[in-house]
Amino acid sequence: MTETAPHPPESDHTLDARRLLCPMPILRTEQALRPLPTGAILAILASDPGIEQDLPAWCRINGHTLLDLRPQGRGEWIAWVQKGE
Amino acid sequence: MAHQTPISALGLLSGGLDSMLAARLLMDQGIHVACVNFHTGFCIQGHTSAMRNPEPNAKPPRHDALHAAQLLGIKLHMVDIAEDYVRIVTDPKHGYGSNLNPCLDCKIFMVRKAWQLKEALGFHFLFTGEVIGQRPMSQRRENLPHIERAAGVEGWLLRPLCAQRLKSTEPEKLGWVDRKQLKGFHGRGRRAQMELAQQMGLLDYPSPAGGCCFLTDANYSRKLQDLWHSRGERQYTMDDILLLKAGRHLRPAPHFKVIVGRDETENNFLSGFRAQRWLLQAEGIPGPVMLVEGTPSDSDLTLACRLTARFGQGRHSPQVTIRIAHQGQEALRQVAPLPAEEIPESWYI
Repeated sequence: MTETAPHPPESDHTLDARRLLCPMPILRTEQALRPLPTGAILAILASDPGIEQDLPAWCRINGHTLLDLRPQGRGEWIAWVQKGE
Repeated sequence: MAHQTPISALGLLSGGLDSMLAARLLMDQGIHVACVNFHTGFCIQGHTSAMRNPEPNAKPPRHDALHAAQLLGIKLHMVDIAEDYVRIVTDPKHGYGSNLNPCLDCKIFMVRKAWQLKEALGFHFLFTGEVIGQRPMSQRRENLPHIERAAGVEGWLLRPLCAQRLKSTEPEKLGWVDRKQLKGFHGRGRRAQMELAQQMGLLDYPSPAGGCCFLTDANYSRKLQDLWHSRGERQYTMDDILLLKAGRHLRPAPHFKVIVGRDETENNFLSGFRAQRWLLQAEGIPGPVMLVEGTPSDSDLTLACRLTARFGQGRHSPQVTIRIAHQGQEALRQVAPLPAEEIPESWYI
């Protein structure tokens, strides 16, 4: 993951993966990214705490860039992933 | 035999130590390895941590296979088979293990699915981290060849950790894999695997004692059995099997049951399942969320309200007000908490 950006990245699409349990937020992220062009940015909303460990790992092994991942309170997180090659 | 392109193998990766070691044994022979991990809906990891308040000093929740793949530096294909998996759970050809775990059918199904992916990816063969005799059902010596035959992959499924105790597979016969560098592990002991992990520098792996499937759990299986019994058919939805993982379940009558949250995280989790159900919670007094499922009558709902009051901090009050939410409507009902002695043990599922 890159350093936390002062401002949230601008996303092209948003995935609401709240209330989904591990590994569904990751599976849904993969589905949502599949049709997008390289370089597109997907914002992901999640409530499964596993997202903090799993999304960085998933991005790393799949060649995507995790632009930012931050808690939003109320047991929710938001992340921005830029699709790789 | 000489080959032009790098040999590639697709493995089934649970994220446990054995599948990691199997992958590394092949990678160390110069074989290109990728893995697949299947989501059945019954995977234990992550789920409970997302439903219950974290225990002090608990490790942050994570998906073991994903982190194993990261550690190994390999690609992981995560595949959702939950929908197809229903028929494996409801009607396993080879029956169940000690609970509702259809381990043999499950393994055959996963190997078949992995083979389809291997074909699509153009890989050369399949592998697993199975060890003869390590698990009572799917890893019995006599079952290993049966799994291959039933999945239609005979000769093309390599088990690097116990290969030296099995017939040579096609990848070995073709010289793609050096059999001498594979292992002959067997039995339930873990020492050989842990020593190999040490040699390989694999230090971060999940506890070998941990189960990975809710269907091997007696309490969970009892709740699933109860669900099937109450509905008169062996079917389930994804919401059903998620709800069986959370809360305390009581069935006061055959036509309805209640699920009581045990902490704040679980209350929030249960609240997300209010559609098609009744959501009960005490007004102005700390206490659990209760979901009512089935076809309760009005008096059944009063009983559920009394139970909700019983499990909350108003249990010693003469009256507690319970908010009932159902299909977008809300109502308040004043009830006396149900005394503990009026909750029979037989209600607990």
